[in-house]
Amino acid sequence: MAVHPILLVFVFAMAFAAASGDHAGSPSDTRNLLVRFFEWFGNLSMFCGRLLRAGFTPPYEVREFVHQFDELGSKSLPLVALAGAATGVVLTLSTRDSLIRFGAKSFLPAVVVFSIIKESGPIITALVVSGRAAAGIGAELGAMKVTEQVDAMEASAVDPYKFLVATRVLACMFMLPLLTLVTDFFGIVMGWVANTAAEPISLQLFIHDGFQSVTFNDFLPPTLKTIVFGLLIGVIACFQGMHATGGTEGVERAATSSVVLASLFIILADVLLVHLILVFFS
Amino acid sequence: MPNENPNTTSEKHTPPVRVQSLRKSFGKQTVLDGINLEVAHGETLSVLGRSGTGKSVLLKLIIGLHRPDSGSIRVHGEEVTNLPLQQLNEVRKKVGFLFQQAALYDSLTVEENVAFPLRRHSRMSDDQRSKRVRELLANVGMDQDVYKMPSEISGGMQKRVGLARALALEPDVLLFDEPTAGLDPITAAEIDDLILRLQKERHMASVIVTHDIHGAQAVSNRLALMRDGQILIEGTFADLQKSRDPFVMQFLNGS
Repeated sequence: MAVHPILLVFVFAMAFAAASGDHAGSPSDTRNLLVRFFEWFGNLSMFCGRLLRAGFTPPYEVREFVHQFDELGSKSLPLVALAGAATGVVLTLSTRDSLIRFGAKSFLPAVVVFSIIKESGPIITALVVSGRAAAGIGAELGAMKVTEQVDAMEASAVDPYKFLVATRVLACMFMLPLLTLVTDFFGIVMGWVANTAAEPISLQLFIHDGFQSVTFNDFLPPTLKTIVFGLLIGVIACFQGMHATGGTEGVERAATSSVVLASLFIILADVLLVHLILVFFS
Repeated sequence: MPNENPNTTSEKHTPPVRVQSLRKSFGKQTVLDGINLEVAHGETLSVLGRSGTGKSVLLKLIIGLHRPDSGSIRVHGEEVTNLPLQQLNEVRKKVGFLFQQAALYDSLTVEENVAFPLRRHSRMSDDQRSKRVRELLANVGMDQDVYKMPSEISGGMQKRVGLARALALEPDVLLFDEPTAGLDPITAAEIDDLILRLQKERHMASVIVTHDIHGAQAVSNRLALMRDGQILIEGTFADLQKSRDPFVMQFLNGS
């Protein structure tokens, strides 16, 4: 399956339109939207260039990175645990009903485990973190930008791309796979609890049946693909925050657009990543 | 002095800030249209003008936060308009900047705000740094409330902390963006007194951007009045008073 580049641009432009709340009615609206989309993309590319330069030149802001990593992890952990647990319960209840109809009830643990580790776990984690962290980063950096704190940092000879942006992007990239493990764990355990409520089965047997045919290729690539989701969350949220203008309204716009764009780009990137994983690891 | 090092002599004669033919526009709007300025050692220059005439932009250009369209900006003889980031940062360490709303870091306490530049650019031990921060804060009358967050202190106090932070690396050039804007007359006068005292103690070159003519008169040696992106008139307060230009007269008298 080859994704046509024009189709990809169209999809991204529509995503951008949806995120910025524009409704393209007339052809001139569509043209303006496309111009603004390419402008946004150009600015994003320059932002990434500056981020790369800042990220790879010493001295490294290790202390601030650890602080951001800790912030992100501690604040997102309860949310992803809850989201994972809910996903496990819902998945088990709905799949159980369908499997009983087809007389394949014994496959339930395997279906739940496969579904969680291959897709539900990573994507639910990424979407929950994008809601929690992208909004937080977008609003924080946006507020710092409009109140000249970013300028103050630059004026005191500290590169904000190194201190504020690179640390947050890296924290998102490293934290996402770990949070995915938490989502997977709670999803599977709560899947077992939901199943046991309907028909008692030991956790040991559930795990055994569930993981019997799971290989590392089923587990590692989907978990590690969340690094890309983390990159998207970090880069988009920092970009929207660092480009905020116009007071409180600008901060609100930065926070909202960070969440919307990060979530959309995660879903679009997932399409590509799932395809790549199937090609290389099946 | 016959044995004086020639480099030191030339450094003494180089003005800390020299701006020549500076132009800057944003989109179609020309903000600065050929600005020429020079500030000597120990001198305070106030740049006056109506709100939105590009005074703050001028300060941000001097410290390299914006790049000009054309013209030259020399800080300690170093052309900052095309310096690579690393060398620009070396220049920035010698320049203090007090922002309009103080721009204290929200997530850090008063003490941590002042310690921030020291933590990054000096090799002090924790004890030395803490002592230095207390000295800086005491110098601006903020030795109380050091553990408070910026949102918990008043606007005037924020300006004082901002000033302490700007002085942390012992700069020899200080840039003030509307130091008394948004403050009541008594607090504004206190901040002006503080600026005057610091000038006397440290002999820094200062550029103050303001629209407060009385404050500017109190703290500066020279004043420059901006209009339409250009310097309309430059001189002492007495020179400005002698001018018969209607805009200058209107600006000085407020009507």
